[in-house]
Amino acid sequence: MSLKLTNVRKAFREPGGGTLPVLNIDQFLLAQGEQVALVGQSGGGKTTLLNVISGITAADSGSVLIDGIEITRLSEPARDRFRAERIGIVFQTFNLLPAFTALENVLLGMSFSGKADRAFAKSLLDQVGLSHRLNHRPPQMSVGEQQRVAVARALGNKPRLMLADEPTANVDPANQDKVLTLLRQGCQNLNISLLLVTHSTEAASQFARVDRLADFNKPGAAA
Amino acid sequence: MNLFSIALKSIRQRALSSSLTALSVALGVALMISVLIVNGVIAQMFNQTGTGYDLVIGPRGSRFQLILSTIYRIDRPIENLPWRFYQEILKRPEVEKAIPIALGDLTEVGQFPIVGTTTEYLTTPYGGDGKRFRMMGDGKVMAGPWDAVIGSDVAVTNNWKVGDEFRMIHGGQDDHVHDERFTITGVLDRTNTPNDRSVFVNLEGFLSLGGHEKPLVEAIQSESAFFGEKIDDLQQKYAKEIAAEADARARGVHYHPGGVVPDVQRQITSIVVVCKGGDDFPARGANSMSLQTFLRKGYRADAANPVMVMKELMDGLLANVRLAVLVLTGLIIVVSGIGIFVSIYNSMSDRRREIGIMRALGARRQTVFSMVLVESLVLCVGGGLLGILLGHGLVVVGSPIVAARSGLVINPAFFDPMEFVIVPVMVAMATLVGFLPALTAYRTDVAQALSN
Repeated sequence: MSLKLTNVRKAFREPGGGTLPVLNIDQFLLAQGEQVALVGQSGGGKTTLLNVISGITAADSGSVLIDGIEITRLSEPARDRFRAERIGIVFQTFNLLPAFTALENVLLGMSFSGKADRAFAKSLLDQVGLSHRLNHRPPQMSVGEQQRVAVARALGNKPRLMLADEPTANVDPANQDKVLTLLRQGCQNLNISLLLVTHSTEAASQFARVDRLADFNKPGAAA
Repeated sequence: MNLFSIALKSIRQRALSSSLTALSVALGVALMISVLIVNGVIAQMFNQTGTGYDLVIGPRGSRFQLILSTIYRIDRPIENLPWRFYQEILKRPEVEKAIPIALGDLTEVGQFPIVGTTTEYLTTPYGGDGKRFRMMGDGKVMAGPWDAVIGSDVAVTNNWKVGDEFRMIHGGQDDHVHDERFTITGVLDRTNTPNDRSVFVNLEGFLSLGGHEKPLVEAIQSESAFFGEKIDDLQQKYAKEIAAEADARARGVHYHPGGVVPDVQRQITSIVVVCKGGDDFPARGANSMSLQTFLRKGYRADAANPVMVMKELMDGLLANVRLAVLVLTGLIIVVSGIGIFVSIYNSMSDRRREIGIMRALGARRQTVFSMVLVESLVLCVGGGLLGILLGHGLVVVGSPIVAARSGLVINPAFFDPMEFVIVPVMVAMATLVGFLPALTAYRTDVAQALSN
């Protein structure tokens, strides 16, 4: 999976009537199977960037090319389908559904791509060390375990691109390395490109390539 | 995971509010089912039992009272008819069968209505479709004057069997218990009609009971009034009986020549008539009309066709009551539907994040829309189906009480065709009440929902 952003602009309307530019990226590249840590301050546009890449939020202008497919030209249902089939997302706050068990959370993510495979879901949970927690619901698990379930869920649809938004920010220090390692190894094993945004230099230090968002995102210049 | 299992998860997550709203729908539907069943059974029972006889003849008065007392035994008899009138009816060319009925007394135990009649009542089809009474085991009709046949409910409730004896409460103003005892000679099979809770005694025995034969002077007066004849003429006609009765009174005994009540003192409360014509219903109808025309000339009697009278009652009073109750229960269901709407709609603010997560994972807008709609469907239809079961369950529990108090025998397995309408109505209501919350889910802004 290769990712190429070109001249991507995104601004939000403010309550007062003005606009708040958030993204102004001339170019950003991510090669097939590459793992990149993108470091930026809070409010620097990291989450918006991931939302634009995943198609959750439409860019105001520019090109988002994933594996040769221009995301910005896809209809919303097509973007949903693209996201379900080719993109995995790990959220900062895990975003597991509290009524579903660990196994069901993983299966739910897979079901939107039409690839709900119970055996594969179990093997993923086994890989993240939660084979004994299959039928536990999120409130019955520790935060570290919850984030590991989130990693398994993100890998469930065998995506081509993994987007991780501060995945260790809410995890205790003892589990941060574990989560990062699982995420990186999982992506490596399945040849998934990984784009991880974080404000933690410690988390970023595990990556061979570390980019600073402020170096290529100049929202002020667009305004 | 499919939409149904996702919806179930969501319902489970809000188990208390979900189950309460579904229960409110279930109770509304249960009430409606009960009304439908009771109405259906009433309609069926009235139609079924009413068609066995072409006419019921009784004293002038309310035709409803005549039919309700004679056929359904849920009202008091109007007044009495002279035996001479019965004999005249028996001789009419239109009449195939005329069966005398004497009502008013109750069993001492269980207070079941007593029907003084002849054995012909039990050998005549009681239903328009030719249904006949059948005796359990080797029971026999009440051939002897102190013999009785009991309905199946009487046998079960009082634990009576062939050979047992019972006494009766006089249905007059004094309500005393008659000394004489009747012996049960047979128990009828269940008919699902008021006959199941009736006791049939031999008319001869019934009329012989103290207070049942009319005092001669009163009997002559009432016969005079009934036939429009002069009392003097009748006193002359019954001079021999008057003298014999005066002699008996002087000796302090009842005047029962040959052990039976003299015809002049015999009075009954009604006559059920089967007209000639057999299966030729137009011919039977013509005979019935002819007999009714005859009765309008000079007699203080009236005749009513049970089917027509009950149809009037059903179409008039009962149909309106049924409509009113159905409208009320319909409103209850609508209110329950609004409850479901409020429950789902209020939950939407809590679920915006969940919807955002699903959308981020690739769920389409239509998927989350359908998910909420399926949830509404599960609650409404589930509540509806539970209501149907509860409704029938309510009838199972309530039918013995209703039967004991009113004589209305309700079969809990009775199914009203209107019940078929309930499920589609529930689906329509679910769609209606689920639409707005589903639209909210559809319109959820994913990025905003996740950032919250």
